[in-house]
Amino acid sequence: MAKVLMKGNEAIALAAIKGGCDAFFGYPITPQNEIPEYLSKYMNEHGKVFVQAESEVAAINMVYGAAGAGARVMTSSSSPGIALKQEGITYIAGAKLPCVIVSVMRGGPGLGSIQPSQSDYNQATRGGGNGDYHVICFAPETIQETIDTMKEAFDIADYYRNPVMVLVDGLIGQMMESVDFDRPIKQRFLPPKDWAASGTKNHPGRNVINSLYLEPKDLEEHTLGLHKKYQSVIQNETRYEMINMEDPDYVIVAYGTMSRVARSAIEMLEKKKLKVGIIRPISLWPFPKQAFKEIGPNCKGILVSEMSLGQMLQDVQIANKGRLPIAFYGRVGGYVPEPEELYDAILNFKKWEVLD
Amino acid sequence: MEMKYQKTSGLTDNALSYCPGCTHGIIHKLVAESLTELGVLDRTVGIASVGCSVFSYQFFNVDMEQAAHGRACAAATGVKRIHPDNVVFTYQGDGDLASIGIAETIHAANRGENITVIFVNNAIYGMTGGQMAPTSLIGQKTTTSPFGRSVVQHGSPIKISEMFQHIEGVAYLERVSVFNPRQVRNAKKAIKKAFQYQLDKKGFTMIEILSSCPVNWGKTPIDALKWIEESMVPVFPLGVFKDAGESHE
Repeated sequence: MAKVLMKGNEAIALAAIKGGCDAFFGYPITPQNEIPEYLSKYMNEHGKVFVQAESEVAAINMVYGAAGAGARVMTSSSSPGIALKQEGITYIAGAKLPCVIVSVMRGGPGLGSIQPSQSDYNQATRGGGNGDYHVICFAPETIQETIDTMKEAFDIADYYRNPVMVLVDGLIGQMMESVDFDRPIKQRFLPPKDWAASGTKNHPGRNVINSLYLEPKDLEEHTLGLHKKYQSVIQNETRYEMINMEDPDYVIVAYGTMSRVARSAIEMLEKKKLKVGIIRPISLWPFPKQAFKEIGPNCKGILVSEMSLGQMLQDVQIANKGRLPIAFYGRVGGYVPEPEELYDAILNFKKWEVLD
Repeated sequence: MEMKYQKTSGLTDNALSYCPGCTHGIIHKLVAESLTELGVLDRTVGIASVGCSVFSYQFFNVDMEQAAHGRACAAATGVKRIHPDNVVFTYQGDGDLASIGIAETIHAANRGENITVIFVNNAIYGMTGGQMAPTSLIGQKTTTSPFGRSVVQHGSPIKISEMFQHIEGVAYLERVSVFNPRQVRNAKKAIKKAFQYQLDKKGFTMIEILSSCPVNWGKTPIDALKWIEESMVPVFPLGVFKDAGESHE
């Protein structure tokens, strides 16, 4: 397939089909509506399942049911809708089921706004569901990267039997870019889903999908098993990009839309003879802590920039281990910082320094 | 010696977790026998809910999924849409179905999801220790209505079958009970018919079963059965509420 010009949300939907999605369950919410709209048209055409649920809560529990029955399943939503899905997400993680969740972030808290935002970093990486679990979370910066991530997300979810979230802001969902749907993805060996509840005629024994372990011994063993899996995710799925990172004067840490703004800002700073690198986390959980060890000895500080008031900031503080001064520049309300604002923030680093 | 009666192969050998005198065990048997007699155990997926029957995934000898509180019909929708030829049923109590899960249940019914809902109504939250349920009777004392349920403070018991009979997607809906052998036989007939309708792809089927909770009602098992007949049945009359009889498209 040649390159096509496509809107982010529609590209997410088509990438899901290309990634082998069997079923979509969702509920309307702006700014992600083009995803269910597109899939409502094309899933049935491909002999796949599309259901508009009565609520986000119902949608994620339909995902639970279908994933438990062995299908490759997804849902999509936006901030307050993802909040509602947290119940189902912890059950899915607890029952070791694979699924893909697309979160197109809008403003918050509460009903917030429908403008782009990155204020659901904590929601995505810490979850709102109960218990010791993690959602593998990727935050692409372009529509092309979103497509590649979506296609791979179903394999990653199946491989680890864990929910995978693709986290973008409303800007990536709503803008158009030229994209290619046929870029290859990493091939993984995916074992057959002999654990699925699909009727005992399909497998030996009786399969039960469950997250309840009343005996302390059983629940501890189960949770330690999940923990072990998460260690392997940290080992194998941590992703980040180092941009202009050979001995930088400063480092900007930014993901998604903000890393694109940072790319423009460092070009402007280059003209000021200031060498500024970018650490771009691609996986938000697991967070690429090791990237921070690679920052050269002459770096004077780290600027974290988000379309929030500082959520990823905390992960950067943990990764930095008190080594370098950290500044933060963020905008909220639906504003996307201009490159000039990051340029100014680097030049006036002290002004934005975070004193903890 | 000839074997005249034995435990249905639709139940596992796990010991039931229900209290002495509770009629969940009878209802489990009826569901399991129906699935066995229809010859569909190996293509059935059951959905356990939250409440006393949370452990039903240990008891039904079929593949099972344990769903979040109230979400059984949503989970069942997910399974059924992926495997339309499987028999899919939920097993839910009144707290799960009529309170926290009423939206999921109504919409599954309205979509005409071709699933069977086994709705066990015992007018109380049993698992959590006897709190007021949406189906608790007026005057019924529970741990959260210590002076008895009142219309003014709590509203009246919600009548699920009366509500659901008006939903287009419902193919078959009957309220039964298990307070005496005749009622048990009738309940079995209703449950089996609901599963047969599902096999015939007629749409959403639900059997509401008035059940006992001797421990939380503070009654002996025998008095609890009497209470179903004398106190519950007048509020929740037994009978067929809807029988579409023909294919649902």
